[in-house]
Amino acid sequence: MLSKRIIPCLDVRDGKTTKGIRFKENVDIGDPVEMGRYYYEAGADEIVFYDITASSEGRDIMIDVVSRVAESIFIPFSVGGGIRSLEDMRRVLLAGAEKVSVNSAAINNPEIIAQGAEAFGSQCIVLGMDVKRVGPSAAVPSGYEMVINGGRTDTGLDALAWARRAEALGAGEICLNSIDADGTQDGYELTLTALISENVTIPVIASGGAGSIDHIYDVLTQGKADAALVASIVHYNTYSVREIKEALHARGVKVRMKW
Amino acid sequence: MIAIIDYKAGNLRSVERALRGLGLDCRITHDRTEILMADRVVFPGVGAAGRAMADLRQLGLDRVLKEALDMGKPFLGICLGAQIILEHSREDRAPCLGFIKGEAKRFPAPLMTAGGERLKVPHMGWNGLEQTRPHPVLTGIDPEDEFYFVHGYYPAPAWDRDVIGMTDYGIRFPSVIGRGNLIAMQFHPEKSGRPGLRILKNFCEWGGDHAE
Repeated sequence: MLSKRIIPCLDVRDGKTTKGIRFKENVDIGDPVEMGRYYYEAGADEIVFYDITASSEGRDIMIDVVSRVAESIFIPFSVGGGIRSLEDMRRVLLAGAEKVSVNSAAINNPEIIAQGAEAFGSQCIVLGMDVKRVGPSAAVPSGYEMVINGGRTDTGLDALAWARRAEALGAGEICLNSIDADGTQDGYELTLTALISENVTIPVIASGGAGSIDHIYDVLTQGKADAALVASIVHYNTYSVREIKEALHARGVKVRMKW
Repeated sequence: MIAIIDYKAGNLRSVERALRGLGLDCRITHDRTEILMADRVVFPGVGAAGRAMADLRQLGLDRVLKEALDMGKPFLGICLGAQIILEHSREDRAPCLGFIKGEAKRFPAPLMTAGGERLKVPHMGWNGLEQTRPHPVLTGIDPEDEFYFVHGYYPAPAWDRDVIGMTDYGIRFPSVIGRGNLIAMQFHPEKSGRPGLRILKNFCEWGGDHAE
């Protein structure tokens, strides 16, 4: 049977990994290529590189990073952050990423999902969703609203309606980030994750809130997620990818145990 | 030299990078002479069957691939390349290459686990491989090894003897098929970590013969 995926997420700015990642091993923690290789060897099922660069020079550096990552790891990896056009998608995919993730650009211009899926295939197009809990209302019946700019700007868009629309437009996967849970290490937003996952047929990667192995277990079972994004919990070496997988495996969750 | 068949459809660079990473000489090409001069052929693919077949025919590659196969060159199909070597695909109702008797089918809907849980289509992620008969290209692959899949259709050869490995996703489906010098897999060996690279290496050391 299909394994649930554990996906480390690396934030990259101007070609350097950010977030004081703590490692004892002989790894240049600032180098996304070395970090990607490290997680590849450590049993990550996929890796997400999130580009938080603002400048266009930084974007060019990112393309170089992507092509060097592609030469050193042989599992899928995706690139998100700042993907605004079909041309941005093309550059990242040609450089060797398996998938690109679009977030606010898709909210501003939903057709970019359809165009990307048509040009590169649905399997390449990940919809990144930043979601805030607001409580049900006429405009937001699910009680979850899409936000952009790191949660600072509301869009008035219902998260469930948006997920369904993006699926219909051709998104191949959803990376679902709860703004409320992000950075708390208090656990994923299980209600939101289950709501979205049960109402689309494409895979859902849960993001935001992982602080313990229990949290990951919960989102992959109760939360119905197909994959769990992990950041601080692995970067700070609280647990290794292997420790997470061994614990999940022991509790009956199907994960890839050999690599 | 290994010819990686270029028909405008697939992510060919990832196959090239994996082969280069193994120190193997390969070239992305749709040139007839280059393909027929190659020691072996890799036929990757993502995308839809109808479009891929149209592109292949337009480039005359349907005939070139048949020639290469008939010359006995070891031939590796990947992903869509494991589907359009069959006679027909339910996707786009596309007539295909017919190197192996059978057709590509869509996963049934709704697709459920034995425990009654709904499964998503496409089948995306890591899954196992149960070898139903030994094959030189699968040497060194353990039952615990997993491979990266992304697909909504799967190859269904007409004859069991053309099935080499099976995978379980709600149904048991053929994930490695082949006959003679042809082997094809639904998963992406180039994105399946160490066991995937092992398969590519095995393929590049395979003479194209194996015991039926």
